[in-house]
Amino acid sequence: MLKIEYIYWLLGAFLLVAAVLNLRERRRAMAGFWAILACPFLFGDAILAALANGTRWPAQAMGVGVLGLGVMAARGGLRVQADDEAMQAARRDAASRFGNRLFGPALAIPLVTLVLVLAAPYLRWGATPLIEPRQATLVALGLACVVALGAALHVTRAPLATGLSEGRRLLDALGWAALLPMLLATLGSVFAATGVGDAIAAIVGAVIPTDSRLACLLAFALGMVLFTVIMGNAFAAFPVLMAGVGLPLLVLRHGADPAILGSIGMLTGYCGTLLTPMAANFNIVPAVLLELPDQYGVIRAQLPTALALLAVNVALMWWLVFR
Amino acid sequence: MNYWPLLGVAVVVAGFVLRRNPVLVVVVAGVVSGVAAGMNPGDLLALLGSSFVNNRALLLMVLTLPVIGLLEHCGLRERARDWIAGFRGLTLTRFLASYLGLRQVLSMLGLTNVAGHAQTVRPLVAPMSEAAAERSVGTLDETERQRVDALAAATDNIGLFFGEDVFIALGAVLLIQGFYAQNGIHLEPLTIALWALPTAIAAFVIHALRLLHFQRWLERSSRARQARRGADRC
Repeated sequence: MLKIEYIYWLLGAFLLVAAVLNLRERRRAMAGFWAILACPFLFGDAILAALANGTRWPAQAMGVGVLGLGVMAARGGLRVQADDEAMQAARRDAASRFGNRLFGPALAIPLVTLVLVLAAPYLRWGATPLIEPRQATLVALGLACVVALGAALHVTRAPLATGLSEGRRLLDALGWAALLPMLLATLGSVFAATGVGDAIAAIVGAVIPTDSRLACLLAFALGMVLFTVIMGNAFAAFPVLMAGVGLPLLVLRHGADPAILGSIGMLTGYCGTLLTPMAANFNIVPAVLLELPDQYGVIRAQLPTALALLAVNVALMWWLVFR
Repeated sequence: MNYWPLLGVAVVVAGFVLRRNPVLVVVVAGVVSGVAAGMNPGDLLALLGSSFVNNRALLLMVLTLPVIGLLEHCGLRERARDWIAGFRGLTLTRFLASYLGLRQVLSMLGLTNVAGHAQTVRPLVAPMSEAAAERSVGTLDETERQRVDALAAATDNIGLFFGEDVFIALGAVLLIQGFYAQNGIHLEPLTIALWALPTAIAAFVIHALRLLHFQRWLERSSRARQARRGADRC
């Protein structure tokens, strides 16, 4: 069976290659950064298995690694590589030579992912599914990248080394932004474990006038947005706001429809996701990928849509949940 | 109730407002929050390490980089621009609104990972958006180009978020259903999921109108620039 673990090993191997290439150019800090980041991919399951058996030092060592990554990221700045005219000319030249054949491998990533996700339930060897069912979409994405790389090497007749060094160029350009999504999710877990959510729910619950339906609804909606902005993730906000406001006040006291409240409430949280640098993989990583000078450029582009949708969601809830 | 862990939230807010390096802000916030909750260093390190490992799926997009890097090296972005520039009647609004609709439909069917910032926006959607914009307004200046790119990324996010979980019950719907089930309210996933449809439609309409508005701005901005250039020449 193809497990997500194998895809992680592949990713870890690529990070190690990036580390080695940087080391050969004597960029030691960058090399160390990617080498540490390779650890959760190469040893992830071993770390978690050890922790489940009561051996804590591997997880603690990983914790030290996380602190180290934070310090290293803060010291190294972001460098966008200069794009000289000779390179631009060479690319235009190659573009006219390869033509539309270049689209094939690029589109192979989404298309192969799509086909594998749809086919995963039917791909079996005897009784064993070929793709780990719980992680089917992620395994499919990983496999699609491998297939697409093969296709790209075939179309461009480039050696694998070129693919790896070009991939590493993009990875170096991403720099700390590549790490941010994982770190923010980690912070979310730390906040949950240290009771930040309960503290906020207690404050929200203590401030709002509970007799007013509108006040409760607004507290729920704005609380979802605010908490999502802080945590970077509506999934983290939902249980907190539901337990603090949604369920006791709106559903049980004012008779709101739970299905509608849950569904639109979650989407109200998504409006917050569009507004926050904490949702780094959606808002900061693309700004770096697209080489925007303003790291909040994508958030700025989303702001009007997010606020308009927030208003729509509040209005929808007000009309629909108290029917 | 111990309110001290909220200091971690304060660190995050202050860090982002002061535009400090986000990675450092996040690490410091985690440590502050843990210490304020009275955790000992061993527990805190183990919590940091294990949560980091548990969230490693978020870095999977890095696997697309060798493919995208190689294709870009061979001129993929240039080719994407030329190809779009050959379409008659295509405007930025039409191109991005079509992408928004496609992304919403894919997302509704649970196919959230088939597109994304590394997979599709950087290599294809952003250069194509620039080319579509240039079809109607001529060459973009640097500020305009950056705003077009930012809008392409924003369109991808909005399509992803506000299509999610309408027809197939995935992550969010199961979380909602699970929360209610724990509290003794039993709901069918689909009854939750279908209520996401009104917001999905509203998201498409609102964002499409904004794309139209942006295109108008772009046309005004480029006309003003050309007028200035004309005046300089006289």
